Amino acid sequence: MAKVIVVTSGKGGVGKTTTSAAIATGLALRGFKTVIIDFDVGLRNVDLIMGCERRVVFDFINVINGDAKLHQALIKDKRVEALSILATSQTRDKDALTEEGVGRVIGELGPLFDYIVCDSPAGIERGAHLAMYFADEAVVVANAEVSSVRDADRMIGLLTSKSRRAELGKTMPQHLLLTRYDAERVERGEMLKVEDVQEILAVPLLGVIPECPSVLQASNIGMPVVLDDKSPAGKAYREAVCRILGEETDIVIPRAAKRGLFDRLLRRTA
Amino acid sequence: MSLMSLFRRPTRGTAVAARERLQILLAHERAGLSGPDFLPQLQREILDVIRKYVQVDDQRVQVKLDSDQNYSVLEVNIELPTVVERRAPR
Repeated sequence: MAKVIVVTSGKGGVGKTTTSAAIATGLALRGFKTVIIDFDVGLRNVDLIMGCERRVVFDFINVINGDAKLHQALIKDKRVEALSILATSQTRDKDALTEEGVGRVIGELGPLFDYIVCDSPAGIERGAHLAMYFADEAVVVANAEVSSVRDADRMIGLLTSKSRRAELGKTMPQHLLLTRYDAERVERGEMLKVEDVQEILAVPLLGVIPECPSVLQASNIGMPVVLDDKSPAGKAYREAVCRILGEETDIVIPRAAKRGLFDRLLRRTA
Repeated sequence: MSLMSLFRRPTRGTAVAARERLQILLAHERAGLSGPDFLPQLQREILDVIRKYVQVDDQRVQVKLDSDQNYSVLEVNIELPTVVERRAPR
């Protein structure tokens, strides 16, 4: 049976979809049969980030409602053999998701895949609740910024109390993924440090993704950033995937480059 | 920008304030969400019992529940006035 991983954050715009796409693609690159499901009904974007927006015929909601078979809605990625995408509806709203329906589709996907990556919408409403409800483990995405950390803390509380695992009396393994980390600003005391965020949230760190122009560039062309060999963010995501697979690798925390006086003169007067 | 600022370490940044604000806020929010419903009632009743013997202010009683994985600790802090006026038990 597939392991279900939810990527969630509470707050919007922190990098959930980028992270879901990167983790799902990263797992598939490692040879694991993986499907990524978009839970953001009405505001779908996984298709766009994965570059398959023109191939969506049937979606998750069609399968839940019995209007299409699962194999009709699953889109096979053209770059990575083991990867599939289950897009969601752009026209329906969150009420189209039911606990019974989502449970049934995840149950059907279970024997076909090694990993099911659930891309949660922002917020804590139905879509976000159902994205995490069936999860076996969670990746909590946060930026080193006060509102994001507060929302992540709320999500951690909900994962611990409102998931199916919690209801069965089991613990929910959770990982913290810090995204858009700007080492230069941390150095200047303008941004929370990794250590601060981790201490506040008290969840094991999965990785730190540096703020990186390649993330926008990858989304422009519909390619998960993890496929960009030259991107520092892509590299950080590949390392995070290793840790999801249980490989013990040291977490590389981005550090600001040491700057000499001359360099500082140039930059600070710029 | 003065030339000297190039040599100085940057002064205390705003990130320190962010950390402190979050630590206080989240400690408060977690306590509010995870605390069982009976805590306010418990606090009132404890106060009533104490009042039978000692005059105490409402604000001087704190009831806190800390939970670990294996156990919970109920901490009751009662600040008594400097001179304890003894009352005969009713």
